[in-house]
Amino acid sequence: MDAVTAFFAQQSPVVLWGLGGVLAVLTLAVGITALLPVLKPAGDFTNLRQRIASWWVMIALLAGALLLGWQAFTALMIVISFIALREFLSLAPVRREDRLIVLAAFVAMGINYLFIILDDYGLYRVFIPTYVFLIIPFLMACIGQTRAFLATTATFHWAIVTCVYNLGYIAFLMRTPAAEAQPAGAAGLVFFLLVVTEANDVAQYVWGKLFGKRKIVPKVSPNKTWEGFIGGWVTTSALIWFLGPVFTPLSGIGLATLALFLPLAGFAGDVTMSAIKRDIGVKDTSALIPGHGGLLDRADSLTFTAPLYFHILAYFALGHF
Amino acid sequence: MRWFRRLVLVLIGRPIARVFTGADIIGREKLPLKGPAILAANHASHVDTILMLTLYPSKGLDRVRPAAAADYFLRGGLISWLSNTIIGIVPVARDKAGTGVDVLAPVRAALEAGDIVLIFPEGTRGDGEEMAQLKSGVARLAADVPQAPVYPIWLQGAGRVLPKGEALPVPMNCTVLVGDPLHWQGDRKAFLEELRVRLEDLKAKAPPQRWA
Repeated sequence: MDAVTAFFAQQSPVVLWGLGGVLAVLTLAVGITALLPVLKPAGDFTNLRQRIASWWVMIALLAGALLLGWQAFTALMIVISFIALREFLSLAPVRREDRLIVLAAFVAMGINYLFIILDDYGLYRVFIPTYVFLIIPFLMACIGQTRAFLATTATFHWAIVTCVYNLGYIAFLMRTPAAEAQPAGAAGLVFFLLVVTEANDVAQYVWGKLFGKRKIVPKVSPNKTWEGFIGGWVTTSALIWFLGPVFTPLSGIGLATLALFLPLAGFAGDVTMSAIKRDIGVKDTSALIPGHGGLLDRADSLTFTAPLYFHILAYFALGHF
Repeated sequence: MRWFRRLVLVLIGRPIARVFTGADIIGREKLPLKGPAILAANHASHVDTILMLTLYPSKGLDRVRPAAAADYFLRGGLISWLSNTIIGIVPVARDKAGTGVDVLAPVRAALEAGDIVLIFPEGTRGDGEEMAQLKSGVARLAADVPQAPVYPIWLQGAGRVLPKGEALPVPMNCTVLVGDPLHWQGDRKAFLEELRVRLEDLKAKAPPQRWA
């Protein structure tokens, strides 16, 4: 019992309150789904129930890893990147000859996370965008299949940068020194990124459902509307502006930059991944998460928001990076 | 040894299969939990068998036995031990086919004892793209044990994880699609044709987890 008390006592109270808030929202959602069949007896709410059940699992995993510290959180992010990369490369057009290149992509993932474990941002920053970028096409040239060569290199780069390099930034945030990660610790920085990215997804969805009329990208995401986009943008910007100082060291122009651009990045990630899925001809990237689809279906916005969030923090507030 | 097999498949096999394949399954609720029943799947890799065994609902797992080539899997040593103890194969003496020996007798006996037998009607592993001609063995079994329904099963992507002739597995998502069962209607040719059509239908519904 003492160990449990001590464990929670060393956590940032802000993060604990934040997690409490998330659990409250989720409990409220469970309550609403319990009421829905009474209000609308003919409706089928299986998907909604599955979705919420999956949220419990996802939040338990993320919250547990966040509270345990950077080692546990990096381990979780390695698993997440691994699954995302496997999903991506299994669906994207990869040629028979590229089987070992797929393996090389997983090796690149391991090295990428090694730099996070070593806390070496200099190497992290250049390894995938420069060296993996060059080595993968070279290895492909050594294998010798030139049909669709350029398109296939692009497929590998897209997979590795989004699923490994960009998502890896979330794990790297956990290495922020305590002195810089004010006022809620490194866990607070990560928690805030996850909350605002998901809140942005939800806000766009709700505004779109309530007021959506004019389609914004009909050929890619027929359900997305200008009303949802702008409503979500304003809502998330306000959320970032008012909650940002509670979880991050940002203020003034840095905070305004984040509030302005993070919702845009979330929208862009969602739409761009949708375009890729449409090109491949699938709706979901796998059936891993009941009610949601694949891991990439859930993490699509994060692959865009994570690097932006990291860079804005690094530019305006963190000397470590 | 039944508990040992189940333990190994669920505690060791299942996590490994999940890491390497993602192990998505569509129509899991259709899988029979009691025999006799025949699971007829396409075949591209040893991963096919592992995938079916590790994905199978634990309730029916004790009854599931893959029919496998005795000439390949019972050559002695570790492979034989694994094939008998963990995989639980029903041996088919592929090399004695056509010599007057009833090579399907062990499969028939397993079905009559109430087992769920996994068979690969193509007879061997293909390249994972096109299905080979279905051999008539599956129809003979269906005729001999007409109380056993035949479940068409499409295994997508396993041939990429570990293709024929390769030793190094590469993680790639796979999907198992379970179709509605067929029953023996008395005509071998029509039965094989129906099974082929059902397998092709499942293939068409599979996600594009194939080489470009």
